[in-house]
Amino acid sequence: MADKQATRQAYGKTLVEIGRENPDLVVMDADLSKSTMTAGFAEEFPDRFFNMGIAEQDLYAAACGLALSGKVVCASTFAMFAAGRAFEIIRNSIGYTHANVKICATHAGITVGEDGASHQTFEDIALMRTIPAMTVINPCDGVSAENLIRQAINYEGPCYIRLGRAAVPMFYHPGDYIKLGKGNWLRRGKNATIVATGIMVSEAVKAAEMLAEESIDAGVIDIHTIKPIDEDILVEAASTGPVVTAEEHSVIGGLGSAVAEVLSRRYPARMEMVGQLDTFGESGKPEELKEKYKMTAADIVKAVRKVL
Amino acid sequence: MEHKNYEKIAAKIRVDIINEVHSAGSGHPGGSLSAADIVTALYFREMNIDPKNPHMKGRDKFVLSKGHAAPVQYAALAERGFFPVDELLTLRKLGSRLQGHPNRDKVPGVEMSTGSLGQGFAVCVGMALANKMDNDPGRIYTLLGDGELQEGLIWEAAMASAHYKLDNLCVIVDWNGLQIDGRNDDVMTVRPIDDKFRAFGFNVINIDGHDFDQIFDAFDKARECKGRPTAIIAKTHKGHGVSFMEDQAGWHGKAPNDEQAEKAVEELGGIL
Repeated sequence: MADKQATRQAYGKTLVEIGRENPDLVVMDADLSKSTMTAGFAEEFPDRFFNMGIAEQDLYAAACGLALSGKVVCASTFAMFAAGRAFEIIRNSIGYTHANVKICATHAGITVGEDGASHQTFEDIALMRTIPAMTVINPCDGVSAENLIRQAINYEGPCYIRLGRAAVPMFYHPGDYIKLGKGNWLRRGKNATIVATGIMVSEAVKAAEMLAEESIDAGVIDIHTIKPIDEDILVEAASTGPVVTAEEHSVIGGLGSAVAEVLSRRYPARMEMVGQLDTFGESGKPEELKEKYKMTAADIVKAVRKVL
Repeated sequence: MEHKNYEKIAAKIRVDIINEVHSAGSGHPGGSLSAADIVTALYFREMNIDPKNPHMKGRDKFVLSKGHAAPVQYAALAERGFFPVDELLTLRKLGSRLQGHPNRDKVPGVEMSTGSLGQGFAVCVGMALANKMDNDPGRIYTLLGDGELQEGLIWEAAMASAHYKLDNLCVIVDWNGLQIDGRNDDVMTVRPIDDKFRAFGFNVINIDGHDFDQIFDAFDKARECKGRPTAIIAKTHKGHGVSFMEDQAGWHGKAPNDEQAEKAVEELGGIL
């Protein structure tokens, strides 16, 4: 895992490639095209790119109108303003009509860093997964981001795709099995399983390596599709022992909650959740913030020790 | 068709509205009645639509951004032949296609599910952009309430409509002056509506929203206007056509009882 790439970089590159293949792909933004990485598409396909200005509500409502007219639309802004500000437009216009809009939201979570609490959203997964028929995707690296964006575009219906600002290690190789709605075992373990999503997947793998040194054999699952969630892989994990979830999102309503919803019904297991603990973030460097807000491999290790 | 005939259709649609809301026991008669003439003009003269082929390519589209006026849209669709008129009496009942606010997946001819104010207009921006991309001759019409203009999203959509020169988009404001809590002027001033749209870059036309000559003329002018969207500001009366409902905010979202419904229908010259 030498190479690093931000998932938003992979998104920008993938859009241009798909744009060349699919003339119905329309991309929209709200004055953040250089940050969300839609600028490359805008340059190559100016007739299929619409900048809606700093108006996220209109961005998603207009995206709905284009989608209902037969286009497949990727509409981007920061996750805070997509899932947060435009929530009710996404719910009532995109969700209720099953419009074929891909809400490609970047700069999610604490690793936004220096911009501080106003821009660090920990609520987006919780909000989006409550909307009926909304698919919620959170890729962990560039390869899976590209792969999942392609699958989302080929899938007919609304999707929320959570992308990050910071460069993250590459796990997957082109051609690896990555299927929308299916979790992936990155490592099998006999004692416990770490179920991670997004950038916390790399921390989970690191944590498993640290635990191995203490003779604790922990497995790691990448849940890139939080909704619909792969129930069977979670049951399989719980059948081997306790489960620790890890996400760059609030422990309220995100991956941890989604996993608990499944296991409490199908295979009750001892659980711990690593994530943002019901508090706002602040300015700082991404790595400093991950440490301060307890979203590192070391925090996952502690959580695993606690459940064993 | 002579104007007298449009007036007859509008009267029938008003009777339907009373019957729908009376049968449902709830709903929004006031703002449905105020929009009846505009909606009649759209569905029976202005728009290129086919009840037998609701998804016809190149058709004009109407989005009821003030979705609570669903009874007027349902009545117009039914009278135009999109579904049986009898079905109007199922409004708001369990299992009915006629939801309290319009649902595009259920009702033939409904282009957008609305009800949350401001969104219908903004969705039309996307529809109009798509038609421009595809050289689709279809025009996009949307009816806004005056209280709805208090939503911030309206002005985001207005800005985008002018920026992208959406001359295939025509906004109609049903300016009846009243909203749930009372007069616009008391709740939150929306005046001057015409100057606001003009300042946002629209071709603005002020009309009497109950005068078919003026309504038809405004739609003609909107079609001829190139390079910018049109906003028709239609002065109307809430509850128009039913004496005791006219200009009463209290009839925004209340169903008439048996006696009131009978009186209303009698005034409109129809049958209950």
